[in-house]
Amino acid sequence: MPKQPTKKVLQELHLTMVRIRCFEDTAGRLMEEAKIPGALHLYVGEEAIASGVMQNLSNEDQITSTHRGHGHLVAKGGDFSKMYAELYGRSTGYCRGKGGSMHVSNMELGMLGANGIVGGGPPIAMGAAFANKFLKTKKVAVAFFGDGASNEGSFHEAVNMAALYKLPCIFVCENNGYGEYTPQAKHQTIVDVADRAGGYGIPGVVVDGMDVIAVYEAAREAIDRARKGAGPTLLECKTYRFYDHVGVRGMGMTYRTDEELEKWKKRDPIQSFEAELIKLGVMTQKQIDKVYSKVNDLVEGGVQFAEDSPFPEPSELLEDVYCVKGA
Amino acid sequence: MSEAQKENVEGRVLTYVDAITEGVREVLLEQSNSFVAGEDVGLAGGPFGQYSGLFAEFGEDRIIDTPISEKGIVGLGVGSSAAGCRPIIDVMFVDFMGECMDEIVNQMAKMRYMFGGGVTLPVTVLSMTGAGMSMAAQHSQSLEVWLAHLPGVKVVMPSTPYDAKGSIITAARDDNPVFVLLNKVSLGLKGEVPEGTYEVEIGTAEVVRQGTSFTIVAVSRMVHEALQAAEILSELGVDVEVIDVRSIQPFDTDTVVNSIKKTHHGLVVHEAVEFGGIGGEIVAQIQDQAFDYLDAPVGRIGAPFSPVPFSPVLEKIYVPDADLIVAKVKETLGLS
Ligand SMILES: Cc1ncc(C[n+]2csc(CCOP(=O)(O)OP(=O)(O)O)c2C)c(N)n1
Ligand SMILES: [Mg+2]
Repeated sequence: MPKQPTKKVLQELHLTMVRIRCFEDTAGRLMEEAKIPGALHLYVGEEAIASGVMQNLSNEDQITSTHRGHGHLVAKGGDFSKMYAELYGRSTGYCRGKGGSMHVSNMELGMLGANGIVGGGPPIAMGAAFANKFLKTKKVAVAFFGDGASNEGSFHEAVNMAALYKLPCIFVCENNGYGEYTPQAKHQTIVDVADRAGGYGIPGVVVDGMDVIAVYEAAREAIDRARKGAGPTLLECKTYRFYDHVGVRGMGMTYRTDEELEKWKKRDPIQSFEAELIKLGVMTQKQIDKVYSKVNDLVEGGVQFAEDSPFPEPSELLEDVYCVKGA
Repeated sequence: MSEAQKENVEGRVLTYVDAITEGVREVLLEQSNSFVAGEDVGLAGGPFGQYSGLFAEFGEDRIIDTPISEKGIVGLGVGSSAAGCRPIIDVMFVDFMGECMDEIVNQMAKMRYMFGGGVTLPVTVLSMTGAGMSMAAQHSQSLEVWLAHLPGVKVVMPSTPYDAKGSIITAARDDNPVFVLLNKVSLGLKGEVPEGTYEVEIGTAEVVRQGTSFTIVAVSRMVHEALQAAEILSELGVDVEVIDVRSIQPFDTDTVVNSIKKTHHGLVVHEAVEFGGIGGEIVAQIQDQAFDYLDAPVGRIGAPFSPVPFSPVLEKIYVPDADLIVAKVKETLGLS
């Protein structure tokens, strides 16, 4: 029997989920108001996964993210000011405005980048895990990726190599049932992506991705295993994205039903967890409300910081194409 | 477009994106062994709406949603074209070519040659290029030279709705692998497009503006920037001829060289990174065949040597535009 998470852990899990939700809701609004340029892929609905996994990681551990990457960085400790500034393309952003939403990253937090290439993350996480083993650091690397990404060759090559070299690598599939507008049943014949673990001789675990405790515990087991040197795990979290593939309302394509959306919204990972927290006497409604108002202050401050920040100077265009000695 | 064609299309205006749809539709109507395969091309109608309505009209047997597996998708195109189909393959963004490049470089481009002419691969690949939409480094590139460098494939880059439709039809009728690289920033561009089928001959450039004193050779969306620059320059007394190259591989050297022989000045403009871009090849061909006619070195404009930046202010400087073209022409002519 795994021991019950402490009150502190439960509160932290809640805080992380709320941080992601509030960050994303505002980011989505700002994109649709055309204040944030380009396209955002929002993480709303899937917060339990990043929160539950990251609760088991330190800043030293690495992750690779996806095009839907804000939630991962928030859960890894991302600073709202630097994140919004990046989304706004300002020089104070995490990537100095060069990357934007799809490439937001920060090495100090072990965040090896959101990624505009579907399936881009797993090979990089495998490589980071290789370094961890090679350098005997005891760090682990986690690759987040979608159900759609599990059809890229890169995923398969990365899992096979991580298994072969017994690397401290965890592959976390965020199965939200769709790759863009294509339902899972139209892009693969299996129901559980975790089944693919068998082909590479590693454990495959399916967990309810709307249940933050379930994710937290399953991730802990996989991460402990990896840290002990027992090799990778494929952890599949069943989830749903509440907003469209891009933005909140997106392009208005009809590819899923309102009933389906409503059904999943009833399982909102934050609302159900809050009910649980109140029931367990871990938090009161008043305390929960306070979390939101604190986080919303951070959101407001972050947006303000971004809007007050300068754009990059033209001279920065050609900086950081290469690492220059002495610069 | 010939004058006769122009008369024929009077009044019928389509957007670039609708012209793509029409081109693909004509192919499907004409060739029963053709189909479209790619990510979200079916039910969703393509991520840019470029296949909208086709799923309803042709059904899931011919408009095929694929997994996110670019190597597999291009392999589907190579293998099925070797085995009797005429596939239209969609690789959503040209940036994703990296995922399937081996299938292209080592299989698609070489099979016919390696097999001593024993196989024919009538496969058409559609993909989107272009920066200017804050889509950052992995969704904004122009990688046409990767493909144009490969003996065995053809590469066209239509800049207008007319050419988009006609190029797709021509590509699909060609018995070779043809890449039709479309420009995502131009999707809403309007232009005249005839009904029915017509061809835009692969390997032919088009003089889109007549002029006597300077030739600008432009690729894809840069054609429109060049036309704008030509207007500005005409006020300064520079009579610019603009050539839309349309086809990168094969390349229409004659049209370019003939123009240079007339104007004695040239500038090549493309959106791809300048270093190693198609501009270098075009300039080399000009100096090979028209050196004695040149009054000044032929200039080149491409993107600076960096990935495409996200920040709109940097992206604006990054992508060549009419102002940059005007400045370069003035510099070449010694105008202040
Ligand atoms: C190599 C590559 N192919 C296609 C795309 C276009 N694309 C962006 S997101 C996406 C769907 C990804 O689905 P999934 O992995 O399930 O992640 P989700 O969006 O559901 O979180 C696609 C096809 C891409 N960015 N990169
Ligand atoms: Mg998905």
